[in-house]
Amino acid sequence: MGFDTAYEAISEETDTGHRWAFGTGFTDPLAGVDTAVPAGIDGGDLATYCLMLGDDALIMSHRLQQWLARAPELEEDTALANIALDLLGQARLLLARAGAADESGRTEDDYAFGRGEHEFRNVRLAEVTDADFAGLMARLLVFSTWRLALLTRLRSSADPVVAAVAAQGVKELTYHRDYAAQWVIRLGDGTDYSRERMRAALAATAPLVPELFERSAAEQRLAAAAVAVDPADLRAEFDGVLEHVLGEAELDWPQSPGLAGVSGPAGRDGVHTEGMRGLLAELQSVARALPGATW
Amino acid sequence: MTTRDQEMLVRARQVAQSVPDPELPMLTLADLGILRDVAVRDGSVVVSLTPTYSGCPAIAEIRADLASRLAAAGFADVDVRTVLTPAWTSDFISSAGRRKLAEAGIAPPRSQQGAKGGPVPLTLFAPGPPVACPACGSRETERTAAFGATACKDLYRCRACAEPFEHVKEI
Repeated sequence: MGFDTAYEAISEETDTGHRWAFGTGFTDPLAGVDTAVPAGIDGGDLATYCLMLGDDALIMSHRLQQWLARAPELEEDTALANIALDLLGQARLLLARAGAADESGRTEDDYAFGRGEHEFRNVRLAEVTDADFAGLMARLLVFSTWRLALLTRLRSSADPVVAAVAAQGVKELTYHRDYAAQWVIRLGDGTDYSRERMRAALAATAPLVPELFERSAAEQRLAAAAVAVDPADLRAEFDGVLEHVLGEAELDWPQSPGLAGVSGPAGRDGVHTEGMRGLLAELQSVARALPGATW
Repeated sequence: MTTRDQEMLVRARQVAQSVPDPELPMLTLADLGILRDVAVRDGSVVVSLTPTYSGCPAIAEIRADLASRLAAAGFADVDVRTVLTPAWTSDFISSAGRRKLAEAGIAPPRSQQGAKGGPVPLTLFAPGPPVACPACGSRETERTAAFGATACKDLYRCRACAEPFEHVKEI
């Protein structure tokens, strides 16, 4: 008995009814991976760190998905879909890793669909909406430059799962950063009109940047154990890449103070901007309307 | 390992190796380089897979397909495991796989220079050596989109024969 396509192979009748491409029953992205926490690493801190990195990817991915069918050309829709998919894949692995690290047994879906706004640990850069395509490209350049610098270093993390996710993520983010950089240059070095739009996009993004280099207590402890990276160490590489891209685009990085937190705390502490509530309402709507549903 | 296990292993490996990739059906999982190991333990088949991209949506179908084909070949107990290290690279695509891609009109990936470790340099213009057109062989080609219909491909066109074509990205 053979099958011509994988879809044919999984479309057979089973006891549980008709199975198809999104109901294969294989859902754990870490199936078979050794998720034991290495000796000397605090499982609770590791889980928190994986939620930070996973939430950054999940929330940025969702904002990218909201752009689909709105991009200026079909090729850009395809690019945004691919970038969103890569980040969603990174998020799935990291959220699954969090549930294994703190031994809570929570799944990626429990984390993505079952948490309230204050429990999300993503930086606010990931969650804001974009005024236009230039805004998205400026934000994607900042996000992917920062995350690439971070994952490059995490390839040697003392947690083998984080190191493995980083090793694969570096290859993906290299494409994301090149893509965003080329658009920032094309718009910045384009017409007077496109240049003005990109200048406004950078001005909107700049206040969200200082938060990227602030270190949380968990990161500090995990950096000492060689699991995490001190985000302050990423600043020089980040500035170098931005300087290179903006030089080609003939634009200046706007001088801007950081966006104030609410009494100090920010995204890593679960304090988010107004847009986060609407994003989560959409992201979680099906899971909340149909508790226990699988797909 | 018993003789029976040995025979099981040979048959199970044959079945697993010949499963086609759902996105690039001209390639088997072995050609694509994502099949990392096939083992027999206590009468069950353990297959180890490495995803190409973190978010590769085909991996669920591949797992189901492996379990289904192995079941059809008489292996009731199949365990498909994910192996994340070392991360998949396009260098894992076999020479037979590269030939099959080109025959199907998809330019195979160029081999990687193996730069590892330090910061990743920004690539703003004309990355890497030219990609040869799978239709006419000309190297007068240009990339038209950095992302294609699947995570592993981008889009090119040939300036010599004017043919558009897909290319498997180097990662």
